[in-house]
Amino acid sequence: MRNDGAFARLVRFVEDGTFQEESFTLSPAEKAALDTDTPENRWLTSVQHSEKPVGARLMSWFADKGFDLFNNLYRIASVFICVTLIGVLLTVVSFLPAFGSADNPAVNEVVERYVSRSIEETGTTNAVAGMISAYRGFDTLGEAHVLFVAACSVIILLRVDPSERKHGRLLNPDLLGEDLDFEPNTDLILRKAAKLLVPLSFIFGLYVILNGTSSPGGGFSGGALMGAGLILSSTAFGFKRTERFFGDEMYHVVKTACLTVYALLMAYFIFMGANGFEDHVWLGVPGGIVSGGLILPINAAVGFEVACTMYCFYALFRKGGL
Amino acid sequence: MPDFLQNLLTNYYETAAVILFGIGFTTLLMHRNLIKKIVGLNFMDSAVYLFLASKGYIAGRLAPIITDGDSDPSKYVNPIPTGLVLTGIVVSVSVTAFLLALTCRLYDRFHTLDIDEITHLARKERD
Amino acid sequence: MTLFDGILLAFLIICAISVSVTRNLLASIIIYMSFSLIMSVLWLTLEAPDLAITEAAVGAGVTSLLFFATLKKIHAIKAEDAKSGEDESDEE
Repeated sequence: MRNDGAFARLVRFVEDGTFQEESFTLSPAEKAALDTDTPENRWLTSVQHSEKPVGARLMSWFADKGFDLFNNLYRIASVFICVTLIGVLLTVVSFLPAFGSADNPAVNEVVERYVSRSIEETGTTNAVAGMISAYRGFDTLGEAHVLFVAACSVIILLRVDPSERKHGRLLNPDLLGEDLDFEPNTDLILRKAAKLLVPLSFIFGLYVILNGTSSPGGGFSGGALMGAGLILSSTAFGFKRTERFFGDEMYHVVKTACLTVYALLMAYFIFMGANGFEDHVWLGVPGGIVSGGLILPINAAVGFEVACTMYCFYALFRKGGL
Repeated sequence: MPDFLQNLLTNYYETAAVILFGIGFTTLLMHRNLIKKIVGLNFMDSAVYLFLASKGYIAGRLAPIITDGDSDPSKYVNPIPTGLVLTGIVVSVSVTAFLLALTCRLYDRFHTLDIDEITHLARKERD
Repeated sequence: MTLFDGILLAFLIICAISVSVTRNLLASIIIYMSFSLIMSVLWLTLEAPDLAITEAAVGAGVTSLLFFATLKKIHAIKAEDAKSGEDESDEE
């Protein structure tokens, strides 16, 4: 007597919370069963005959159309916001002092001091290098740590456990496994070009780092150049040959050593003369390679740090480890 | 109005930077592809750097590299924006790397780059 | 306003718009690379050679490489290859 089919549908209705019309069209046998007057059946027939309530209809309409509506509204709103933003910013630009004029409010006594006393206080002829590594050395220390933290978070996100890979069982075999060890070793043009360019880019990077105090360049640019050289060598000659001179161990040693050296130099700045300008380090010959006192080791530390970080990013993206 | 346009034409570097910022922002908001969004963010970065560096430029002066011991500040452009932008460029590359790593993880999980689909799938997974 | 600066800035804006319009991800990253190169020339015209070196190495080099590596990881490049070279079969 208990109508199992209708009861199961009722249970499904209660569980899902969705009102499916076709599931309530009853077969003649079920209709006959419904004629008997039990409390359960009475409720079921009432559900069958009542209209869908307004709230439910609104909800279902919103489930169908709401996303499209939101998308359209979003597009209109984003175009509006962008146009308004550009308008406001252009208005602001039209009130700014003229481009290239010397009486710009940004050109104040700080700039004069930085340029005019750069040689006697920091020993550098490149005022930018003197500014970012001596006058504002703590900024750059913070930025070196930003790089360190970025490399750490990329390692957390993308690293594949070496022991897992060695035994050939990755946690996500279909996701990461397939092109982890892919290396375009056969490309002749790439290898011949890399044989020329890799030493060149290393030497040029070192040159930019060492001459950072007296010519354009410095730690960041030179480090990026050396990092590009490392990336090129690992692309052309394979990760195995790059690991011979720059592997996991080397990365950790170089990176930690650079950060420590930089932090110690900055500590020296703090304790020896507040600003670091009355320090007792020989400032060297302005314009020569040995110039700028502590700026040269700072540049070297920053440069190797940046090179390590750049290569670390690339290696993690390509093979999930150093 | 002619004044407005005249001023914009005088500050043409800043105008280009602002337009670039707008394009980057539009790309960031309108595209559903995550890679496109990251490229848009990079455009916004570049626009801000261009604006800063153009505010430091002074017509007819040289790059702040002191030659022949002549440290007269009225001969060189403003070195401060250059230093700020130099730090900014390197930070922006690390931010880009971090965003791309997040994108890779999202792709591993949901096999799509479409932000709407990712939201949809994530919501379905949570329910 | 020199003509050279104007052309470079116009090219910058055209690059930005075409990245936004392009459907192919690989093409948009290559356009982004050229954008960075133009940017590094612009730093030279703004008397900031430090920035020019850094932008050429970081913006055009490392950032684009990271984008390419990501596209490789999410199989976007492979899909493009299959789509463009579907009539020729070059299995190795």
